[in-house]
Amino acid sequence: MSNVQIMTGNSAAAWGAKLCKVQVVSAYPITPSTSVTETIANWVERGELKAEYVRVESEHSVMTVCVSASTVGARVFTSTSSHGLLYMHEQLHWAAGSRLPIVLACVNRGVGAPWSIFNDQQDSIAQRDTGWIQIYCRDNQEILDTVIQSYRIAEQVYCPVMVCYDGFVLSHTMMPVEIPDAEAVCRFLPPYKPHTILSPDDPRNINPVIFPWQRRDAEGVLRDGYMDMRWKLQHALEGSRDVVVQTCRDYAELFGRDHGGMLWTYRADDADVLLAGMGSIATEATTAADLLREGGIQAGVVGIRVYRPFPREEVREAFRNIPAIVVFEKNISYGYEGALSADIKAALYGAGIQAPVHNYIAGLGGRDVKAGELAEAARSSLAAIAAGKKEQQTWLNCVTE
Amino acid sequence: MEIKDDNISAMCRPAVGEAGKTGDWRDATPVIDHGKCIASVKNRPACYLCWLYCPEGIVKAGIPIQIDLTYCKGCGICAEECPARAITMVMHEEAKK
Repeated sequence: MSNVQIMTGNSAAAWGAKLCKVQVVSAYPITPSTSVTETIANWVERGELKAEYVRVESEHSVMTVCVSASTVGARVFTSTSSHGLLYMHEQLHWAAGSRLPIVLACVNRGVGAPWSIFNDQQDSIAQRDTGWIQIYCRDNQEILDTVIQSYRIAEQVYCPVMVCYDGFVLSHTMMPVEIPDAEAVCRFLPPYKPHTILSPDDPRNINPVIFPWQRRDAEGVLRDGYMDMRWKLQHALEGSRDVVVQTCRDYAELFGRDHGGMLWTYRADDADVLLAGMGSIATEATTAADLLREGGIQAGVVGIRVYRPFPREEVREAFRNIPAIVVFEKNISYGYEGALSADIKAALYGAGIQAPVHNYIAGLGGRDVKAGELAEAARSSLAAIAAGKKEQQTWLNCVTE
Repeated sequence: MEIKDDNISAMCRPAVGEAGKTGDWRDATPVIDHGKCIASVKNRPACYLCWLYCPEGIVKAGIPIQIDLTYCKGCGICAEECPARAITMVMHEEAKK
């Protein structure tokens, strides 16, 4: 019998971690992620989750606890937002470089200065190049399911995974969520096998100084240079695409829910214009597509689910014969354009796709994004494209003069 | 056949000289005056502060003390800490020989 409960996105993330029987959780509270680990702390205190909950003085220390615990073979979970994630930045690199399958729920929030507690995706986008897999969720069910999938992906490719979802829009909004059967989750997710077994009988120096060149160690073993290690991480992330897709497929078979592997589409087959986005703004775009269709414009949506590794091939396939692309996103790569728009264009270049790409920066610091506004923006872009304007960057609903 | 490291993260077994022969980084060389070193003078175990403070762990706390110049980087901490002023840092000692 299915167990459906009405819960927030943060509860869904906590439930995902609980079902994966995480063994070590460390966190430092920050809005809007606080209630994820607050919920877990409660379970640990009541003995409902057999895990070590480690309280520390900062997010930087949170990630060092995660790195240490994961190194000795524990399944590790944490959650943070915005400045907390930025404070972890150095240790995010350390986690990925150590090839540890840590799962982090990033509850997306804008970044100061000035202070904002409200939602955009600047925090996780700013961590794009840390070597973490990034998955963006669009509803609370997907958050729970993605946390479970993330452990299987991470522990297979030995890369950490960031499960990103929009602060307040999802984190504090209640929706019906089906909680999967705990035993079925155990069947889906085999126990974590660390890539190196640490033992006092066989001590190791972990992450010692590594040189630019390859070098023979004291035992005569040829060790990688720094660059060779970096290539292994890049190769692992590139190779994780197949694992992500297969994991989604297996999950769908077992639990009946398919959130899309690398990306998902909505009414895209016969579309003349495709709206693209990540997370809740892409969900909003599906309503915008419906509105556009009511007005006689064949619109569809492409939701980028996995942002790193970037779904290069899937993006090319999705946009192959589309005359117009409109990208909506809640981040800005200062001095250029939205990060997603830039990445989509880069993927199309390799396939020789010449479709115009219009970029809308929207909803920064929690500014409301309504489906009607997305539809209107798409309409104005189509008019501009018809008039020959192939490229355009617009700040939606923003005073720009 | 060449033995290659197949680790996906950087790690190795602790061993003497695993970071290479770091003695060739050295400019100044510690030279011990055994007429001053307390262990040598008294012919029994003494302060061994050089052994305690050496960041490389290459001072052997014996009678007399010994410094492994294959790995000594020449930092001079032993000379600084010696209460008997028995260690002098000599620039380019090897070049003179």
